[in-house]
Amino acid sequence: MLAALPFVLVLGLYLAASDARHRENPSDKILPSFSQMGKAVQRMAFTPDKRSGKYLMVNDTAVSLKRLLTGIVLAAAVGLLLGLNMGLFPGMSGTFNPFITTIAMVPPLSILPILFIALGVDELAKVSLIFLGTFPVVTRDVYLATRKIPREQITKALTLGASQLDIAYRILLPQILPRLIDTVRLTLGAAWLFLIAAEAIASTDGLGYRIFLVRRYLAMDVILPYVVWITLLGFTMDWLLRALLRRRFSWYLVEKD
Amino acid sequence: MSSETLLHILDVYKSYGEKLILDNIDLTVRSGELCTLVGPSGAGKSTLLRLILGQEPPSSGELQLDGRPIGFPDPSRGIVFQRYSLFPHLTVLENVALGANLAAGMLERWRRRKEIQDHAMTYLERVRLGAHADKYPHELSGGMQQRVAIAQSLIKRPRILLMDEPFGALDPDTREQMQVFLLELWDETRMTVFFVTHDLEEAAYLGTRILVLSQYYTDDRGDGARRGAKVVADYQLPRAVASTATKHSAGFLELIETIRLEGFSPAHLQDVGEFNLRHPDSFQTLTEAERHSNPG
Repeated sequence: MLAALPFVLVLGLYLAASDARHRENPSDKILPSFSQMGKAVQRMAFTPDKRSGKYLMVNDTAVSLKRLLTGIVLAAAVGLLLGLNMGLFPGMSGTFNPFITTIAMVPPLSILPILFIALGVDELAKVSLIFLGTFPVVTRDVYLATRKIPREQITKALTLGASQLDIAYRILLPQILPRLIDTVRLTLGAAWLFLIAAEAIASTDGLGYRIFLVRRYLAMDVILPYVVWITLLGFTMDWLLRALLRRRFSWYLVEKD
Repeated sequence: MSSETLLHILDVYKSYGEKLILDNIDLTVRSGELCTLVGPSGAGKSTLLRLILGQEPPSSGELQLDGRPIGFPDPSRGIVFQRYSLFPHLTVLENVALGANLAAGMLERWRRRKEIQDHAMTYLERVRLGAHADKYPHELSGGMQQRVAIAQSLIKRPRILLMDEPFGALDPDTREQMQVFLLELWDETRMTVFFVTHDLEEAAYLGTRILVLSQYYTDDRGDGARRGAKVVADYQLPRAVASTATKHSAGFLELIETIRLEGFSPAHLQDVGEFNLRHPDSFQTLTEAERHSNPG
């Protein structure tokens, strides 16, 4: 109950400020009223665009989610395989660890121009940015988690007749999976950042593109609902991943406590 | 009790850098024996166990199981650690079934899943945990977890079951229950067990044979020589599954006092020639340097 207090407070402040501005200037655009925002959402999400015939907000959401999920799923898959093998085989960690550590130090946004030049301004560059920005973190995290699994487990598995592959993919991998889900939850924030940055700079659709497009017309009535919508999407993804952990990996949550 | 030699260890040394841990270990163990290894901390009990397990190679010397040299860990030697023997992401039944599942191909595993499950269940029932099959390891008490770990190892029918301080993390009551449990299980199966513990009472209570590994001894190598631990005493014990009351009998207490003196007392140094190696399987190969002036 107490948790709702700050939300209510901010909302109240906004409404008061918006109301004050509208009393001075009924066509104020900077702090739109709820009804103005409602109209904007009606226009963006539930009315087909005059030019393209698409429902813009729906379309923006679909393309953005596709970019985001492609990037993060690729990063998770590569990070999982690489990190697991690095954690298991000293030769692998010797080869890749310095490289991954270096890559992780490069600020991803600084290589965005390179990506646009090298890969064009289409989907590939945007997905690549999300991938490059998140996979080093995932790899390192999986690597450390693999290393933390007690050596005894590997010995024990060998005495039960496990092969090297069995150990990697039937003993260690299932134990790393929930940790991977946790890591993805944490990197989702960064992934959104890279997505919106890439869309803001070179795109023709997407949630980030739209916000930066309508900024030119000071269309706060569109921007604010979009921001709330993006937050809601992020929250939902996090919630879904947490639900997955609870349902399928109850043992992991207990261990973590 | 069958009398074949199962485990054969000859002239085994193990050192880490400059530090010599195991110093010319000689040992044979017959199948069916419940062999306990006891000694002061730092004597290298767990090191010897790791060598038998194959987790580490000896610096020199040979270890054989059934006449074949010991290599990397494999299903011929089962292991129960003090902790981490169970896989946290598998249910109790899945943990026990793992050995059978790993041996089967993917298709076979699917086709025989019911059979494998029933098979694992019989082992789980043998350690009296049938009712907990669907729980995860973290939902069990420490003693139950160790019982699952034993069942998990037994399903592979290892030639020898190695146990490294398996009850060391348990509270005294549970620990005693587990000792009785292990003796009953051993009585049923007559499996060969190699049991490492630092608890002298536990070693004497459980074993049909008790080996004492200790760095407190003397020989003719001179004062400055690098010495590691040796088997300084080796007793055959009568084995009838005994109630825990045995632990208070006069004979039992006397044995413990003797072993404490022989193995655990830095002030009491026996010469290598005078070790109490009374067990019929016991033998000792001393080097020239060790018994220079000691023809015996």
